[in-house]
Amino acid sequence: MAATPLLELKGITRHFGAIQALRQVDFEVHAGEVVALVGDNGAGKSTLVKTLAGILPVEEGQVFFEGQPVRLTGPQSATALGVATVYQDLALCDNLDVVGNLFLGRELTARGPGGLDETTMEVQATQLLRRLSVSLPSVRTQVAALSGGQRQSIAVARAMMGSPRVVLLDEPTAALGVAQTRQVLDLIRRLREQGLGVVVISHNLVDVFSVANRIVVMRLGRRVATFDTKAAREVDVVAAITGVDTTESNPRLTAEAP
Amino acid sequence: MSAQVPVDPRLVSDAPGPKGAWVAWRRRLAQGELGSLPVLVGLASIWLLFSFANPRFLSAVNLTNLMLQISAMGTLSVGLVLVLLLGEIDLSAGAVSGLAAAVMATLSVQRGWAPVPALLAGLGTGAAVGLFHGLWMTWLRVPSFVVTLAGLLGWQGALLSVLGATGTVNLTDEVILALTGTFFPPAVAWGAAGVVIALHGATVALGRRRRAAAGLPLPPWRHTLMTVAGPAVVIVAAVAVFSWDRGLPLAVVLFAGLASGVEWMLRRTRFGRHVFAVGGNAEAARRAGIRVRGVRVAVFTLASTLAAAGGILAGSRLMAVNQSSGSGDVLLNAIAAAVIGGTSLFGGRGSAWSALLGALVIGSISNGMDLLALSSSVKFMVTGGVLLVAASIDALSRRERQAAGRA
Repeated sequence: MAATPLLELKGITRHFGAIQALRQVDFEVHAGEVVALVGDNGAGKSTLVKTLAGILPVEEGQVFFEGQPVRLTGPQSATALGVATVYQDLALCDNLDVVGNLFLGRELTARGPGGLDETTMEVQATQLLRRLSVSLPSVRTQVAALSGGQRQSIAVARAMMGSPRVVLLDEPTAALGVAQTRQVLDLIRRLREQGLGVVVISHNLVDVFSVANRIVVMRLGRRVATFDTKAAREVDVVAAITGVDTTESNPRLTAEAP
Repeated sequence: MSAQVPVDPRLVSDAPGPKGAWVAWRRRLAQGELGSLPVLVGLASIWLLFSFANPRFLSAVNLTNLMLQISAMGTLSVGLVLVLLLGEIDLSAGAVSGLAAAVMATLSVQRGWAPVPALLAGLGTGAAVGLFHGLWMTWLRVPSFVVTLAGLLGWQGALLSVLGATGTVNLTDEVILALTGTFFPPAVAWGAAGVVIALHGATVALGRRRRAAAGLPLPPWRHTLMTVAGPAVVIVAAVAVFSWDRGLPLAVVLFAGLASGVEWMLRRTRFGRHVFAVGGNAEAARRAGIRVRGVRVAVFTLASTLAAAGGILAGSRLMAVNQSSGSGDVLLNAIAAAVIGGTSLFGGRGSAWSALLGALVIGSISNGMDLLALSSSVKFMVTGGVLLVAASIDALSRRERQAAGRA
């Protein structure tokens, strides 16, 4: 694994009123790895991802992209760096077709008076979906007519439109059935194979173990543990999430300094 | 990574040929993808009914009159389609149309302005009002219903104030009156029809060639032929009717031109795509980097400008602007026309053609009942009933679509 992380946060602290949502959190994702971010409700996962996505401004702490310090001032600056986010509610327009959703906000226009260049957009959309092995009846299907897994796949594919380096996924499998979950997890693996850094928030430890290289556990605004998926046991991850100390019984768990 | 994606085995695939197309069409209907079918069926039955009751209904003179009657209200309706696509409403369209016509009339008649500046001032009045509405509702986040309801009252007052003590301004300018008084002779009409049909056919053929060159799947030939032949038949029939009577009316050309221009904008430009996106899911549009407020302001400006154009056409046809210009049932008919034509009140679904189709339905009812010398009490009740049926079809087909996973 490359020495310099693709995206790195150092000492991030974030307050909401009297609550410290994040306390001195470090976080890093390398190219070609999937990092799962797990933790109970209120652990600070979403706050951390929103900071990465540029939605929440950085109050305290530093952000590095490929080792260079950067400032995240808004979603646009994150997008410009190559950080794409797939939100939990997918943010798709049901009344538009797949091509329309993939190119939403970045439509291609033809030279001359022809307006939108639907042909080129459809060709590029088809290529992208084939690259990600997403199976659809037609790229001209309205998104409303697609299944949950297909919609999730479209949302992930849309994140890929700007050729990002890092993809953040907030609960990508929360509302999906077994087959659809597998479809999305396959998609996440393909993102990793293409050399992207992937951050996945999930409550589902089975999914996490099947797809992630590393598991970062958050609890009460702190990063409390990091596991290598190959060497970790589910019970230890659960213990780290809930805060029951099992460090002594399990030497493979690397507890981190508070 | 270019491995062929396997086709999902659950996908329904239809047999090739007409039989497969028929089966696919039946399935789409059953799943609530009605398209323009209900309004076309409704229009056909209304015309059939009235032509039995009074054979003069389908005469060339009466059909030409019908088209002249709906041009003004239909133009308002095109603007309302835009607003409805956002899931918003504009209750001020009628009042704005009256105000714009009054501004144009007083400038032309009392101040002696030349026709073109007076017309532009009228349109500009509409644009300014729409801009004001749009900015007010996006900055202060007041619902469009309230802002335009206030507009309905306020601009009605402005209309009275502009008209002054006399309350009526008779239009005398030839150019302004010519907007609805001009009829093109058959030679010009047929020439224009030929050009329009040829341009449309060329556009469709070019699109098909581009798709073929890019290696994209092509629609079946009969589908492509239908997209060219359908409108062509309608245009030929319309020109035939107009030529039988006084000729092709300029007002109808303006109305149809505005409707097709707006339809082109909606389907073929980035702005149009953004209108659909905001109407479908405003939050998704915002996250995709679309300036949602800008789209809202632009749509309300455009809608009020179209309302002004409708008001000017109405004034030109009446040869006067008076205190009742743009009041009464104008606004409600224009909204009803958009909905009857198939534009959803829930936003994100519809087309500019729905204004044309819906205006035809409403205009036909009104015209037919006038021919039968029925009182306006019956007219109002029947129009109300048709609107109720149309909106219910929209709601029911929406339910079917949701049940079939198409909504």
